[in-house]
Amino acid sequence: MSREPVLIRYFAWVRERVGLAEERLALPETVVTAGDLVGWLAERGDAYAYAFEAGDTIRVAVDQLHIEQDEPIGRPREIALFPPMTGG
Amino acid sequence: MDAGSSRIAVRVGPDDFDVGAEIAALQAGDPAVGAVASFVGYCRDEGGRLAALELEYYPGMAEAEIGRVAREAAGRWPLLAITVIHRAGRIRPGERIVLVAVSSSHRAAAFSACDYVMDFLKTRAPFWKKEHLAAGDEGGWVDAKPEDEARAGRWKGKTD
Repeated sequence: MSREPVLIRYFAWVRERVGLAEERLALPETVVTAGDLVGWLAERGDAYAYAFEAGDTIRVAVDQLHIEQDEPIGRPREIALFPPMTGG
Repeated sequence: MDAGSSRIAVRVGPDDFDVGAEIAALQAGDPAVGAVASFVGYCRDEGGRLAALELEYYPGMAEAEIGRVAREAAGRWPLLAITVIHRAGRIRPGERIVLVAVSSSHRAAAFSACDYVMDFLKTRAPFWKKEHLAAGDEGGWVDAKPEDEARAGRWKGKTD
């Protein structure tokens, strides 16, 4: 059984490589942690494979809070995936 | 320390800011202020190579994460007020990108808190820079620097 679809947002070169700023996806129950999500997305096609080829460097925010890749995503409204930050 | 007693202002957007006015506003009408420390970050031209930076950010989270960093600083030092302004969009060499300004009764807290907020703004606030080159090409995305992580790591266990 799938969960409710979640808003997935992409930023910077992750957005450019995926070719989308956001999409709504029903995540399978096998996606438990942020790292599981990165791995699952990488399997969705060539653009995703390129975006997530260095998957362990990708940062994940759940409902606008940073989480580590070994942490569970829970049942959020929104998940964002992006490269390491370069502001300031 | 009670972070709730410090005034925290965070702004993110395309508009430039007036450094003098922001510093004056931190002091204005508060006779407890003895020190204001500030940091202004500018866009460099990288030796003439760069025409502009394009700053992308995550609206909502960027403001929230900077606010969390500011509240941590206010919980760590006796601060009166913190103002953080971060610009987004296209920024040319010589233009301001970021302001962190902190007021306190004494200088040590103001200096340390300003340094702390800047370190964690760089490693935690969701902003990304893309280069536009003077040669007319679109350059690449700027890579995160390991030394920024190392600088932020200095604060672990440190008390001032």
